[in-house]
Amino acid sequence: MPQTKIISQAPHLHRNTSVVRSMTCVLIALIPAFAVAVCNFGIGALIVTAVSVAACVLFEWLGCRFLLHKPSSISDLSAVVTGVLLAFNLPSNMPVYQIILGAAVAIGIGKLTFGGIGNNPFNPALVGRVFMLISFPGRMTSWPLAGQFTAYTDAVTGATPLYYIKGMIQGYGVNMNDLPRIDDMLLGSMPGCIGEVSAVALVLGLVILLATRTITWHIPVSVIGTVAVISTALYFINPDLFINPVYHLLSGGLLLGSIFMATDYTTSPMTHKGMVIYGIGIGCLTMVIRLFGSYPEGMSFAILIMNAFVPLIDKGVHSKRFSKI
Amino acid sequence: MSRTFAIGGVDIKDYKLSCNKAIETLPSPALAFFPLSQHIGAPAVPVVAVGDSVKVGTLIARGESVMSASIHSSVCGVVKKIDAVQSVNGTNVPAIVIESSGDAEEWESEIDRSADVISECALSAEQIVDRIRNAGIVGLGGACFPTHVKLVPPKDCKIDSLIINGVECEPFLTADHRLMLEHSAEIVVGIEILKKALDVNIAYLGIESNKKDAIVLYDRLFSGRKDIKVVKLKKKYPQGGEKQLIDAVLGRRVPNPPALPANVGVVVENVATVYAVYQAVQKNHPLIDRVVTVSGTDVQNPCNLLVRLGTPVSQLIEKAGGVPQDTAKILHGGPMMGKVIQSTDIAVTKGTGGIVMLTVEQSKRKPEMNCVRCAKCVEACPMGLEPYLLARCAKEQNWDYAAECGIMSCIECGCCQSTCPSMRPLLDWVRYTKSKVGAIIRERNNKK
Amino acid sequence: MPQVIVLSLILLGSIGLIVGLILFFVSKAFAVETDQRIARIESLLPNANCGGCGLPGCSAYAAKAVEQGSLDGLVCNACTAENRQLIASILGSDAEILDEQVAVLRCNGTCSNRVASQAEYDGTKTCAIANMSGAGQWLCSYGCLGYGDCTNVCSFGAITVDAESGVASVNPDVCTGCGACVKSCPRGLLMLAPKTKPQKRIWVACANRDKGPVARKSCSVACIGCGKCAKDCSFNAITISDNLAWINPKKCFLCGKCVENCPTKAIKLFE
Repeated sequence: MPQTKIISQAPHLHRNTSVVRSMTCVLIALIPAFAVAVCNFGIGALIVTAVSVAACVLFEWLGCRFLLHKPSSISDLSAVVTGVLLAFNLPSNMPVYQIILGAAVAIGIGKLTFGGIGNNPFNPALVGRVFMLISFPGRMTSWPLAGQFTAYTDAVTGATPLYYIKGMIQGYGVNMNDLPRIDDMLLGSMPGCIGEVSAVALVLGLVILLATRTITWHIPVSVIGTVAVISTALYFINPDLFINPVYHLLSGGLLLGSIFMATDYTTSPMTHKGMVIYGIGIGCLTMVIRLFGSYPEGMSFAILIMNAFVPLIDKGVHSKRFSKI
Repeated sequence: MSRTFAIGGVDIKDYKLSCNKAIETLPSPALAFFPLSQHIGAPAVPVVAVGDSVKVGTLIARGESVMSASIHSSVCGVVKKIDAVQSVNGTNVPAIVIESSGDAEEWESEIDRSADVISECALSAEQIVDRIRNAGIVGLGGACFPTHVKLVPPKDCKIDSLIINGVECEPFLTADHRLMLEHSAEIVVGIEILKKALDVNIAYLGIESNKKDAIVLYDRLFSGRKDIKVVKLKKKYPQGGEKQLIDAVLGRRVPNPPALPANVGVVVENVATVYAVYQAVQKNHPLIDRVVTVSGTDVQNPCNLLVRLGTPVSQLIEKAGGVPQDTAKILHGGPMMGKVIQSTDIAVTKGTGGIVMLTVEQSKRKPEMNCVRCAKCVEACPMGLEPYLLARCAKEQNWDYAAECGIMSCIECGCCQSTCPSMRPLLDWVRYTKSKVGAIIRERNNKK
Repeated sequence: MPQVIVLSLILLGSIGLIVGLILFFVSKAFAVETDQRIARIESLLPNANCGGCGLPGCSAYAAKAVEQGSLDGLVCNACTAENRQLIASILGSDAEILDEQVAVLRCNGTCSNRVASQAEYDGTKTCAIANMSGAGQWLCSYGCLGYGDCTNVCSFGAITVDAESGVASVNPDVCTGCGACVKSCPRGLLMLAPKTKPQKRIWVACANRDKGPVARKSCSVACIGCGKCAKDCSFNAITISDNLAWINPKKCFLCGKCVENCPTKAIKLFE
């Protein structure tokens, strides 16, 4: 009499989705932006990314082994993604020790103190980034000019378009003729963080993420849409004070943040409605910080602040039921 | 443009290995087992005693109450015993066991065994329902809801459409598909009979896009007719669920239980049920056999078999080439909602749509990881629930919140668990919560 | 430089002082009057919050007791008789004498006794869910599953499941008889038995309702419902129903005759 060997309840088939597969998709989607970064910032981009990834993976392994006493979770590639995203949020002239410090905060405080993957309330890469922004403000707010292939920490730096935007509002006499051209901003040959400069490459990444169903459209579209609406409205109110909305959309970490950072699984809401609320919140906060804050860029702060609201959103906003109760 | 239901659902590989295999007839078994409860509702009451001789088609147990269904012998022989046998769930249930008397089969005289298709039906609606009830027909899609109960909807519901379920969204299963191809004439007559019984003007036949030949065939059969239509549906699991099918075809949403499809003016019947209705009404042929798919990736000869009810599953597997070497699970039903059977001695019942054998690799669950809150389960849930939240309620024993979040409308389709990238056993927990909350609700109702 | 340090010390110190004073006055001004008895009763309770009484925790129990002014209907098995008296005296009422109880497992199907089926259970490893998928690991579909739902609910750490035996075991010295485990077992295998002095208990350590031969096939220490114990018992304390013996603790005088005569050793004696 042949007998069943394994007993469990339905469903008996799995669609072969896995965390590793999702993380691989994210990494593939980051390739275009990385290629552009290497073309623009040369060896600096390579060094910063490599150091950041290596440090994040190392800290993840150490943390799992000695703090959490759990089997190591580096094989799920989430630490690699954190490393790449952290690097993409840094200028290409960051010294190695500062990157390692940032990675330690990102993985150690941002992720492992809460119990590792799936439990962190804040995006670990952004926790690391904000820590570095506050600790090393000089380094973190001077960006190498594009086209210096062999320079690393000695690269010549310049200002990003956001500096000019701020300058316009606060009236500290900037020369608007120094603004990069729109086509340079699309392709990424302007000063900025490693991964944020090329709009085309980032949008290509978005297409890859959507095509592989790694993320849904809700968060990126609502963030970018909110920023577009607010900046367009302000531009029409007073074009002398507020810049052309295209600059808002293409500059700074808006695209990188809305496509890759805000969509981080663990720190974003679970329902589509919640995702839209979260996206609009990020968009509004970004614009508030960009226009009225003391920092030129507010994307990372906006995402972290909205991360804190995610449990509240998830409690209050439920998915659309098939039939109303 | 093919239609589908609005919320959730997953695209799962369909493994229709036996879709080109014609239905073969399996010889009747030497020993047939008839559990008294093969349907939702009260068990049937035996009307034979040990030692009685029965023919093929003889009534052996009668459904006494309205919510019940009669059972007929599928073999000619002698009642050997009325005793407990193992059921699909692994528990022992009362059953009638009949020993076949050999090759010379004697059938009940009023059963028309010719192959001619009789398309005229002069019976009234009441007479049709009566015949269906006497033939012991239940929904053959798997839920086994007595068909005669569905055909007499509550007084306050006006039925305006009939939907025929030819979706067969479970992977591996092809029984309904083959039946639609090989018995199209009978199914068309069956649909006419059901329309008459329900007094509706329009019937829809929903077929998923992975059954192109069936769509073409029925498009041709129904061409130029306004009262009966083929609806081509996009392949998406669980489209064969009653609520999802009604949403896909008509865009109507059935409210939460205890509401029935009849509350939105619809009755849904499976194609296999339609065929059984034809047999019962036109040929006086009670429900004594059904088409069963035997399949699996390693199965030598995946096939569709016309099987007498009561046949032990082992005979079906033998016909399909035996149990493959590294089989770990033998399923009763499809791999998404079917149950593991622990022995192949259990018998084919009215609800057996397929026997699927899975390999060790397919069966073994992968190690569970932390929830990464990817929201894939929320996206996949066809009832618009939040499986991650319901599973968490189970761990926190927070039954009130689970009820508030709509746990009772879960249809246990398994979309959430099969799509979870962290391999979490979501449905295990949700099913457990549902049973707990259900018990609490029943207790409260009893107190009132 | 020293100036800065001194200044910041003074500044922070004074902020701390002022805030502390504000907090002190606010807590005095807005203090909520509570019945002193609640706190006193709570301190006498075990404070394990086991939920055995049916209330959310020990403080809820104390509040309820003060509210109704007596211990009527409020059962706390985990509380010692002495403390129970004290609580009753706080409330100004008498405490009824409760028999102390202890949980016992109605299954002795350790790995060496019961027969394994060829199937492996691969679902979620909790008793409640495993029970829903039917019999699995073992041929007996009534026995202890060994996934430790009872261990998880026990606030006192009295129940353990060790890999060697595969079934739960209750440590009677630690068990307070609160009854939380009784509710947690999906197969209803745990029950409360009176804790006699000197400690001695007799119970049928099996819940298999299958017919004798079937039960015997799946486990060597199964109760086969033969009825020998019922016939032997001098006090008519044992009854058989559903192929299973049941010893009525109120009638049983712990003579131990049934334990000796049970053909499958399904009746257990604890001394």
